[in-house]
Amino acid sequence: MSGALLIAQRELRAYLRSPFGYIVGAAMLLIDGLLFQGYALGAGARLSADVLHDFFYFASGTTMVAALLLSMRLLAEERQTGTLVLLNTAPLHEWAIIAGKFLSAFAFVVLLTAITIYMPLLILVNGKVSPGHIAVGYFGLVLLGAASVAIGLFGSTLARSQVLAAIIGAGILVTMLLLWLVGKVTDPPLNAFLAALALHNQHQDAFMSGLLRLDNVVYYVGVTYFFLLASTKTLEARRWR
Amino acid sequence: MIEVRDLFKYYGERRGAGPLSFTIAKGEIVGLLGLNGAGKTTALRVLACDLLPSSGTVLVDGIDLVDQPHEVRRRIGYLPDTPPLYGEMTVHEYLIFAARLRGLSAQDAEQRAEVVESAAQVEAVKDDLISSLSHGFRQRVGIAQAVVHGPQLLILDEPISGLDPVQIIEMRQLLRRLRGEHTIVLSSHILTEISETCDRLLVLGEGKIVAAGTEEELSKSLIGGTQVDLTVRTDSEGRARELLSKLEGVRSVQRISTRESGHDVVTFRVQAERDVREAVCKTLVGANMGLLEMVRRKDELESIFLRLTAADDKGAPS
Repeated sequence: MSGALLIAQRELRAYLRSPFGYIVGAAMLLIDGLLFQGYALGAGARLSADVLHDFFYFASGTTMVAALLLSMRLLAEERQTGTLVLLNTAPLHEWAIIAGKFLSAFAFVVLLTAITIYMPLLILVNGKVSPGHIAVGYFGLVLLGAASVAIGLFGSTLARSQVLAAIIGAGILVTMLLLWLVGKVTDPPLNAFLAALALHNQHQDAFMSGLLRLDNVVYYVGVTYFFLLASTKTLEARRWR
Repeated sequence: MIEVRDLFKYYGERRGAGPLSFTIAKGEIVGLLGLNGAGKTTALRVLACDLLPSSGTVLVDGIDLVDQPHEVRRRIGYLPDTPPLYGEMTVHEYLIFAARLRGLSAQDAEQRAEVVESAAQVEAVKDDLISSLSHGFRQRVGIAQAVVHGPQLLILDEPISGLDPVQIIEMRQLLRRLRGEHTIVLSSHILTEISETCDRLLVLGEGKIVAAGTEEELSKSLIGGTQVDLTVRTDSEGRARELLSKLEGVRSVQRISTRESGHDVVTFRVQAERDVREAVCKTLVGANMGLLEMVRRKDELESIFLRLTAADDKGAPS
């Protein structure tokens, strides 16, 4: 585990020392703020819980995009610059490399997500929402962020360039987002299966409404684990190619 | 230290290296010589545990590379053709990171980083960002990261490539300093770059070893000995030729065009079974002849090496 933490620490420092991390963070916070002001607050009187639900809805979108942007570089950049060999020739298991990379991007996503807390706090102070609703909503964002980072990391494991990594990651992410639409035009029991696989629609809505359900937590943990495992196996397989 | 038996590495259907069989003793400096695409980098990447072999056996210190890759990696320091450096880190931070990745504790990593900074002569830039370093310093930092954990085996892929003449001399000195502590395998596509540093050369062509031995052994086997060009001031060309021809080990003496001016200056090309420079010098000086210049020819060996490897180069692997 110490190898994974070492890698995570270095990656996190790289985010904080390069303009890239700040640009992604600033863009995410700006868009979140604009959407909160323009749409979530909206015109006229609204229930505080609805405003908070809308905030989490918009924040989930920016979290996914930020997670994808932050994770696209994780392995593709190392491959581009030739630094991956340092990790590959160290006495580390592939899972430790993947875990370290994941932890760094995930920690940065959590940090960026945490900075948006002032918006729900404004609703809490000026309206009527429970702290539990806010906590559950953020928990959902964090889980969605973890799954998105894992998907982006998988794309980065496959690609030789960051652009290609972003395209692969975005392809998988959008496909998983749209599965509920595919589910709508397919027959039972496939429709329920596809809808259950969809990344956002069925699983995130409960969190946005302040409902903590174990099946949704298991789903996001499962997606994250699956893509981290796929990334590890891809990295292992590359040694044999 | 290293035992390689029937090693093959394929990239899909394409053969990257193999069949390769060789052994390297502890403390040796061995050079892998071959044109670009001869399979040097592939062979080194397998030795460094970056890639796994498609077939064959690689034992490092008696440990099988496929069965126990982590044990082998602990014993290896590797510098690829492009040093694996993180531009946003300082040299000192980077070396500590590299040491800790290889399993050293924070305290040991700090100590070792200082030791290798001194050995690689990068102390002056240890607090500089790696992105701001020159190519020569980057190469030195690359070597420093390869030795920071005190590996028994050091694998260097084209360590002299791209360096200017001063940096090449410094790099050779650095390699000589590392010699006692490590077994070193390094690669190059230029014979003269590594012949001075290595105890033994393995010449690769089309992924296979096409010749092996010391520079002198290669010279003997490839061009049947050594060649020396010498420029002499003498009144009697015939006498000089006779003296040279009588020397033990000399096969032929041939007059070639001279670059020196003067009617009494001649240049000979002496072909011999072994290095006869000392005997040539004693003989000519003893005969009161002026020895203006004597050069052991390496370009002939270089060109034969090129022919040897180029002949195998069609459809060569990378």
